[in-house]
Amino acid sequence: MIQEETYDVAVIGAGAAGLAAAAETAGAGRSTVVIDREELPGGILRQCIHNGFGINYFKEELTGPEYATRITRIAEEAGAVFALGSAVTDVKRLPDNRFGLVALSAERGVVRYTARAVILAMGCRERTRGNLAVPGTRPAGIYTAGSAQKLLNRDGALPGTSAVIVGSGDIGLIMARRLRWCGIEVKAVIEIMPQPSGLPRNIAQCLDDFGIPLYLEHAVTNIGGAKRVEYVDVAPLADGIPDASKTFRIQCDTLLFSVGLVPENELSRQLGVELNPATGGARVDSGFQTSVPGVFAGGNVLHVHDLVDFVSEEAALAAKAALRYLDGAPPPERNRVRVEANLKYVVPGYFSRNLNTVFSFRPLITADAAQLTARLDGEIVWKRRLRGIRPAEMIKVELPGTLLNRSGDLVFSLETELEA
Amino acid sequence: MEEKHLICISCPTGCRLSASRETADGEWKITGNRCPRGVAYAQNELHDPRRIVTAVVRCDSELLPCLPVRTNAALPKRFIAPLLNRLYQMEVKIPVKCGELLLADIENTGVNVIFSCDCVK
Repeated sequence: MIQEETYDVAVIGAGAAGLAAAAETAGAGRSTVVIDREELPGGILRQCIHNGFGINYFKEELTGPEYATRITRIAEEAGAVFALGSAVTDVKRLPDNRFGLVALSAERGVVRYTARAVILAMGCRERTRGNLAVPGTRPAGIYTAGSAQKLLNRDGALPGTSAVIVGSGDIGLIMARRLRWCGIEVKAVIEIMPQPSGLPRNIAQCLDDFGIPLYLEHAVTNIGGAKRVEYVDVAPLADGIPDASKTFRIQCDTLLFSVGLVPENELSRQLGVELNPATGGARVDSGFQTSVPGVFAGGNVLHVHDLVDFVSEEAALAAKAALRYLDGAPPPERNRVRVEANLKYVVPGYFSRNLNTVFSFRPLITADAAQLTARLDGEIVWKRRLRGIRPAEMIKVELPGTLLNRSGDLVFSLETELEA
Repeated sequence: MEEKHLICISCPTGCRLSASRETADGEWKITGNRCPRGVAYAQNELHDPRRIVTAVVRCDSELLPCLPVRTNAALPKRFIAPLLNRLYQMEVKIPVKCGELLLADIENTGVNVIFSCDCVK
């Protein structure tokens, strides 16, 4: 028989976002279920055994499993119900404006959940070799950085003996050190951009500490090997195109791809949530409510963050807005927020008049200094000079509601040529 | 005058630090830090570089093949490889609690290895 359960709030995903959101709604006395396909809560944090998490959210430097342990405990003590080992396969809006979710679990079979509000906290998944279309054979030994991390840190198994890492994002850099600490040789990190995409401290402690060479503006042009990876060919880029005449070969049996993350929004699409192509996540209002009333989103499912602390903070804000929705508060306004020069995206995609709002941006440029400007209905209402702009680092600013005093498009731009 | 450039690893900001001293046996003067941790990091890095070490150890849990562990403070770099070898040869008994002691006072440094997650079954 199909089991049925009813809650005020259903949170999909028990990672850094979902647990923070569930703690908030359960703590406010709203019945909350948090559903995750894994057997244990914590999401990706459980395999991120390195330190560097929690300085903002917990005011203490923690490893991933420690962060997961703490935030799980907070959600449990707040009274959240956990549905683990349960994969949500269907979610839809019901005629009475509630939501119906179907989850499959090995233990309980099919369970139907009904909830008045849904918080999307599914996180993201990794881009793969297929996304880059790297030529060559299809041997064993090719992993995403995260799947190699799971193999090492959760399964306790070694992925190979000598590795090349494609992409200099933080996961790839952390994995370079982890491989070395497991006795695996790391021959090189290959990055197509002229600057590394991970944090400077990870270049220092994960590459420089071990003398691992970082090839900037280089690409893997071929993967060789019959059954197992045997080598990769690498070429420098000239005007963005590999210069085949300067190709060199690196022998290795393992290749890791750390080439970016994509928000996981299949369930959001089922709900008919409006997505922003620039983020890959929902286009939300100032309370992180999606285009479907009663559906909220926060964390990496919305846009890919640099720091887990910001994931939890954002999901907690989404949960606070979900509580206001359950209390019957009128929905925030949906005045459009857009980006122009040198910015890839802005979250949220809509603002409400007279409401203090935190905006997050991903810059497209590297600059020592630049000016971030907000124009409301064509008129400059706010500007700030920012230092150390890098695509790898999210920009977060808060605009006071007093400046957002009328409707119209709010347009942000980032300019490097400062006016005198 | 001698000058060295370092990137602070104490937090995600990654301050670019400059260390300079007038004479070979003089005191290093640190600039470029945005908080006091930068100075402490640079002084350690110049005299006795240390790192937090994280690893996994095998265990007898029915759910998990291995458990994450960490040092509770930065360990001098020269002790990292021997510590890792020791950890990889261990098999621990559950239950354990997050923060529980695994190894005390590594190489008389006062640094301990602790578990970084709970495991009850």
